[in-house]
Amino acid sequence: MPSTFDDDDSRVAGRRQFLHCMAWAGAGTLWLMKGGVLHAQSLAGGADAAASIADASFSFAQISDSHIGFHHEPNMDVAATFRASLALVNAQAVKADFLLHTGDLTHLSKPEEFDTLSGLVRDAHPGQVFYVPGEHDVIGDNGAEFFRRFGERQHPGGWYSFDHRGVHFVGLINVLNLKAGGLGFLGAEQLAWLKQDLAGRSASTPLVVFAHMPLWSLYPAWGWGTDDSAEAMTYLRRFGSVTVLNGHIHQIQQKVEGNITFHTAHSTAYPQPAPGAGPGPGPMKGVTADALHRYLGIREVRHVRGTQALAVTEEVLS
Amino acid sequence: MNGAMERLPAGQRWRQRLWLCALLLGVTGMGSAASSARASTTASARGAQTYQVDIRNFAFAPNKLIVPAGAHVVWTNRDEEPHIVVSAGAGFAASPAMDTGDSYDTTFAKSGTYTYFCSIHPMMVGTIIVK
Repeated sequence: MPSTFDDDDSRVAGRRQFLHCMAWAGAGTLWLMKGGVLHAQSLAGGADAAASIADASFSFAQISDSHIGFHHEPNMDVAATFRASLALVNAQAVKADFLLHTGDLTHLSKPEEFDTLSGLVRDAHPGQVFYVPGEHDVIGDNGAEFFRRFGERQHPGGWYSFDHRGVHFVGLINVLNLKAGGLGFLGAEQLAWLKQDLAGRSASTPLVVFAHMPLWSLYPAWGWGTDDSAEAMTYLRRFGSVTVLNGHIHQIQQKVEGNITFHTAHSTAYPQPAPGAGPGPGPMKGVTADALHRYLGIREVRHVRGTQALAVTEEVLS
Repeated sequence: MNGAMERLPAGQRWRQRLWLCALLLGVTGMGSAASSARASTTASARGAQTYQVDIRNFAFAPNKLIVPAGAHVVWTNRDEEPHIVVSAGAGFAASPAMDTGDSYDTTFAKSGTYTYFCSIHPMMVGTIIVK
């Protein structure tokens, strides 16, 4: 397996660079449910994090955009960073109830890439894992192979919902039937299902909705949004606590709209530029792990994820 | 994986693939296409012209291409991101996933306007106008 870290003169330097790599690649997010409101926390948290976990009614972990099969700068070994992310999930003080992968498991939907991902997950024994596909997982077959291996089989369209300890979770598919010039797409059939799935539920039920592409217009010029997400929001709006989790953009962005809080996630593989920074949303290939560490301000990112997001959420609900 | 080809720098790799492509197509003079971001044309042994469209920074260049009937169009992916060329009106067969340096080609026998896009990055839209 090729690795950028093999080129280092010493194993110590290699190890240090790898840890920096992990800082930007993003190990994933631990989600803590407290009093019906979801709080985000870095998987690589310290002693305070352990106390915070103990306070929660339950937790689950989110990982995203593993892109197994990607083999370019700045990450020649995406399997290793994915494996390290799974190890961090397992290393939490209190075991997460389940793991959520918000899409782009693979880079090119190749059977061998799905095999590699399955093997890495199997080896890590993370317990139950829920998946939704990214656009990279449905190439050539409209997701047939993805759904055969990772689908929940509740509905032919691939979308699904489940209840866990009083919280209603909804997995949506917004990477199929994309139109020329468009963004992500849910479609009339899925929206009708969503409306019906939520219809009989009390407004006090906490909701967690997840899909690969952002369910808000984050940066349409780069395709970061979903054409018909506004209709989905009309069904979510009456609920008191709604959290929307997405992947796709390989960085953390957040937005609060009424009782709905939107979060995107880091990739376990490689970073993408901030909206509009540069000619396109390709990998930030020219940035070394060390330079990137300085220029992104990793600690600030973690601070936002661990503390400020929680503060914003509480402000809205109070 | 492709062994030795994988270890070449990206620039050399796509040039090598383009050269292989040129050999397979029986096309000469592809060197100018490889070094230019613009579309360029070359005459094949059969007399049909080949037009090059680059895929770079999540865009097709040129975005709009006017060609004569019978023209051969070759798309080459110069991004680190994979792309797929799909006809919006099913006017021609979709490409497979094109990884970095991969090319896809098709011949436009009939006149008309062919709008196409990348099915995984649908904001990428291009047009081939066949006169």
